[in-house]
Amino acid sequence: MEHITKRFPGVLACDDISIHVGEGEVLALVGENGAGKTTLMNILMGLYQQDEGRILINGEEVRFRGPEDAFAAGLGMVHQQYMLVPNMTVTENVALGYQQAWKPLKLDLKMVRDRVIEISEHYGLQVNPDAYIWQLSVGEQQRVELVKTLCLGARFLILDEPTSALTPQETDELILLLKRMKDELSIIFISHKLNEVKALSNKVTILRHGKVVFNGETDDYSPQEIAALMTGHEVQLPENKEPDMHGAPALVLKDVCVRSDRGFLALDGLDLTVHEGEIVGLAGVSGNGQRELAEAINGLRSVERGTITFFGVNLANKNPYYVIDHGMGYIPEERNVEGIVPPFAIRENFILKDSDRERFSHLSFLKKKSIEENAKRLRDDFDIRCPGTSTSAGSLSGGNIQKVILAREITRAPKFLIAVYPTRGLDMGAIEFIHRELLKKRREGIGILLVSEELDEIINLSDRIAVIYKGKIQKVLPHAEANRRNLGILMAGVNEDE
Amino acid sequence: MDFVVNLLAMCVPFSVALLLASIGEMFNQRAGVFNLGCEGVMAMGAFIGMLVPFMIGKGGEVANYWNYLGILAAVMVGALLGLFFGLIVVTFRAPQGIAGIGLQMFGVGTAGTLFRHFVGGTQSVVGIPNSPVPLLSKIPVVGDIFFNHNLLVYFAFLFVPVAWYILFKTSWGLKVRAVGTYPRAADSMGINVNKTRYQALMLGGALAALSGAYLSLAQAKMFSQSLIAGRGFIAVALVYFGHWHPVQIMGGALLFSLAQTFQAAIQGLGINFPYEFAVMLPYVLVIVVLSFTSRNQTTSPSALGKPFNREIRT
Repeated sequence: MEHITKRFPGVLACDDISIHVGEGEVLALVGENGAGKTTLMNILMGLYQQDEGRILINGEEVRFRGPEDAFAAGLGMVHQQYMLVPNMTVTENVALGYQQAWKPLKLDLKMVRDRVIEISEHYGLQVNPDAYIWQLSVGEQQRVELVKTLCLGARFLILDEPTSALTPQETDELILLLKRMKDELSIIFISHKLNEVKALSNKVTILRHGKVVFNGETDDYSPQEIAALMTGHEVQLPENKEPDMHGAPALVLKDVCVRSDRGFLALDGLDLTVHEGEIVGLAGVSGNGQRELAEAINGLRSVERGTITFFGVNLANKNPYYVIDHGMGYIPEERNVEGIVPPFAIRENFILKDSDRERFSHLSFLKKKSIEENAKRLRDDFDIRCPGTSTSAGSLSGGNIQKVILAREITRAPKFLIAVYPTRGLDMGAIEFIHRELLKKRREGIGILLVSEELDEIINLSDRIAVIYKGKIQKVLPHAEANRRNLGILMAGVNEDE
Repeated sequence: MDFVVNLLAMCVPFSVALLLASIGEMFNQRAGVFNLGCEGVMAMGAFIGMLVPFMIGKGGEVANYWNYLGILAAVMVGALLGLFFGLIVVTFRAPQGIAGIGLQMFGVGTAGTLFRHFVGGTQSVVGIPNSPVPLLSKIPVVGDIFFNHNLLVYFAFLFVPVAWYILFKTSWGLKVRAVGTYPRAADSMGINVNKTRYQALMLGGALAALSGAYLSLAQAKMFSQSLIAGRGFIAVALVYFGHWHPVQIMGGALLFSLAQTFQAAIQGLGINFPYEFAVMLPYVLVIVVLSFTSRNQTTSPSALGKPFNREIRT
């Protein structure tokens, strides 16, 4: 690909990008969210048309009008969001692109099925050709995507953040698989997880703001160097090394019982205290009651028993407005569903919790000017990359959406903050930014409850670490005593004291 | 016994208009387009269907095959209206609900206006005669119920398995289901989403117009502006009722028609029963059944009603 340029309304997504991949090579395409990686690959697949530049395959210029032309040239892409029709079988999904099986009056599903079995045996990718997509786990769906792409004759594979939705074990399996496959195929591998890049690729190209900033051999550089090139500055995830603030208790949960959506006790007599000026990390395998805990505190889920004391007020079974009014800040788990209203403009998302306050409205008429000023200020302070404050929040990348939520919650001057998986799926630069902001709030004397699965995140930031298991706090460890090993054991439900 | 046989023998041809229109609507919706304009397309089909033999015979009797020319013309007009609807909702991405209501008004209004211009007042036509199936129609009970109708009735019921085959066993059906459920995935596989939707809309329009022509030429044997009488909307409801599956849609069409013929029959019997309630019966039935069956909508085409734009991420 040479000198590719692509503009979207208000954004220059790709700015004069050139990359090349040789036969049997694995190129890692690295960059922050919104750097233009996916756009570039969509151009390569013929899904978007470039405004400038050309694509050469084996020295010949090609022009793809759509993905079918790209398939014919031996290209195949596994998209980050899987392109599988959920209420169809694996075979039917493959048949969608397998035109040899499209007989005039009949779709030859048997032929497709045989092809699926042949490919999955050849590459050791286990899939059941008759399973419906909705029955499969995320890892299985990924295998289906790979099989599908290979069935269509891909000799050149594009993988867009293939590990972002996988569990650690599934990720390891995928990396092994791709290592085997790279003898037969050329691969472009998009990622921002640098250990994977190191493990898999020969060459690395780094994009930033739609431009190529670096090209090189993977082996010559350390993950730190690549991270620095990716974000444009040294990435040093901050650590909480500050003295204890000796704050008063801010949030005290006593014997809290809450039911899950399916009716069983998700929190079963949970006790936890968070002080002012303290970060308490809540570690645990997801699904052990973290979601229900956050929802119960924020008035989104009814509490069956127990008290949630917040600066002397019981929050149990109150409505969200009451909780917000008492100074609670909340960064929810599902940023696209609970954190923002995706079709609303960024500036509107900033005032979701304050639209009826005098600052933004008068007699229920919105004050356009102060809303706009507020949005511009937050955008600049939090480095939110967007075409304008009237852009819909849902069209932003994950990292920028999280910054919108963080900006709203922090600048409302909360007395307390609950952050649920605040950095899930984000790139290094965004993680660093969010960690620094959380530590800044702690220094200001605000208590923070940090829910996370990432042990490094918890260990780096927390003053104390509480391990949750099956709706109970297993143990609370001071920062100095916690390490990956003993946290891992506690998260698995083993309590050595007993 | 005679009462029941009569009831069933009436119910079968009565369900044909609903069946054809809702199978057509099913193809639209499976491809992700919600077409509320079904009623309007039916009105146009009904008008064109009767106009052709009427003009050829100058208002008098005509040979039966001219009726089929009328049906052919109606089907072509229906496909054109489907194409026109596609232009509005697929290419220009207009909101489908509003555009559908527009199409409904356009179709009913245009058919009525042209009818007054070319025909004038209500005028009955000879229409399509019954063609009893040799031998089979002689079977007691079953023969009267199933095999003593006009050709369009047989066609409509034979088309149900054909529609099933098209939808689930051909590559075109696969494409239709994919663009209605997850157009982005279909697009990434090189399938032309908009083209597939246009094709489905043309097929749906043709079937809706055929349904209208059946009403004017075979069932009522006349045309009036209120001939369709909401059947287009019932057809849309039947698609939900039948969970986008041809056989279940057929069941829904038969059930609704049975209720309809039943209520007509009790009025005819002269039982002292307020007729308003009898007329309500089929509609109440649809509402009740819909409210019980529509909870589990896992089969629904999830992209229904959403225009597709490759370069806009949602």
